[in-house]
Amino acid sequence: MSELSMEQLTHEYFDVLKELGNIGAGNATTALAELINCKVDMMVPQVRLLEFSELGDLLGGEEQVLVGIYLQVEGDVDGSMMFTLPQESAMHLVNKLMAGMLGIPEKPIEEMEFGEMEVSAMKEVGNIITGAYLNALSTITNLKIYPSPPQLGIDYAGALLSVPAAEFGILGDNILLIQTKFSDDIDLDGYFILIPDMDSYQKILHALGVM
Amino acid sequence: MSEIIKVGMADWKVCSKEDGVTTLGLGSCVGVAIRDTSSGIGGLAHVMLPDSKDTINNTNRAKFADTGITDMVAELVKKGANMSKLVAKIAGGAQMFAFGSAKSDMVRVGERNVAACKAKLKELKIPILAEETGENYGRTVIFYPATGEYIIKAVGKPEKTI
Repeated sequence: MSELSMEQLTHEYFDVLKELGNIGAGNATTALAELINCKVDMMVPQVRLLEFSELGDLLGGEEQVLVGIYLQVEGDVDGSMMFTLPQESAMHLVNKLMAGMLGIPEKPIEEMEFGEMEVSAMKEVGNIITGAYLNALSTITNLKIYPSPPQLGIDYAGALLSVPAAEFGILGDNILLIQTKFSDDIDLDGYFILIPDMDSYQKILHALGVM
Repeated sequence: MSEIIKVGMADWKVCSKEDGVTTLGLGSCVGVAIRDTSSGIGGLAHVMLPDSKDTINNTNRAKFADTGITDMVAELVKKGANMSKLVAKIAGGAQMFAFGSAKSDMVRVGERNVAACKAKLKELKIPILAEETGENYGRTVIFYPATGEYIIKAVGKPEKTI
C-alpha cells in the first residue's frame, strides 16, 4: 500500500468515499426513520478536506450550540464518528421517541428540558444510528469495525469538533471527512461525520478494491 | 476604530491596544492570551496540541503549545513588546467527552494542552495571572490586551471575566 497524502486521497477517490457515506448514512437514516416512525430525508453526502480554521463554519458556525454524539471506532478501521444536530432538533427527536415508546402525547417543545432521561434517550438514538452506519460500512468492506459506547455533549460546534480535530492534528494540517446531512418533515437537521484516520482510509479503499 | 480580530483553530493573532482578539468554541484547545503591560499590545493563540515533537507532520507551528506560543511571543517582541513585561491568562483545555481506557492519551488532550502551555510560559518566564481551564464544557473567549480583560462565555453559564 503506497502512502497517500490527504489531497491525493480526496481527489482520486472522491466518488468512492462519497458512495461510502451514502451507504452508511442511508442505513442510519432508515434506522432513524424506523425509530421515530417518520419520514427522514438524506442529502447527497459530501467528502471534504478542510483546514482546521474552516471546521467551525461546517456546522453553522463555531458558536452554534449542538448536541453531539461522539464515539470512537476501533478494529480494522480506527477513527471517530460524530452525529450532530441542533439542540432544538434533538429535543424534537427525543420528544417523538419518548412519546412513541411510552404511549404518551408529545410535549410542546417549549416545555422540554434536556434532563437525564433525554440525554439517555439521545445516547440510545446515537447508538442505534451510528451502529447502523458502521454496520453498513463493515458489511461492504468486510472490515472489522468496533464502536465504543457513545458519549454525548451539548456545546458549541467548535468545541465539539475540536475533539476529532485534535486527533487529526497529529497527522497533518487538514481534516478529511465524509459528511451527510439529513432532515425529516419537521425541523430536524443533523449531520453524520465519519472521521477515519489516514491508514484506515487506505484500508477501506483497499478493501473495496479501488486501491 | 477598534475591532475584534478572530483567531481560528490552530492559529494565533496579535493586536494593538485599541483592538481585541477572540476565538470561538474552544474545546480541548487552549486559548493563550498574552499582553505587554507597558505598551498594551497583546495576542491570542488557539493551541490545539501539546507538543510539536509528537507529530509526524508539523508544518503548522501555530497548532502546538511549544511552537505556537514561542512564535506569537516573538511577533509581540517584534512589534515592540517588552519581554519582561509580558503576562498571560489561559482558558480552555476541557475534556469534552468522557471515555474510558481507549486511546487515553488522545482523550486527555485538553489536560495535556494546559500542562504544555504552562510549561512553555514558565520557560519564557511569562507569569500566568489567571486561568479558567479543564472541566467538560466549551468556551468562547475575548481578550482585550489594553486592560488585560479576558472574557469567557460558555453554554448555559454566566459570562466570566478573569
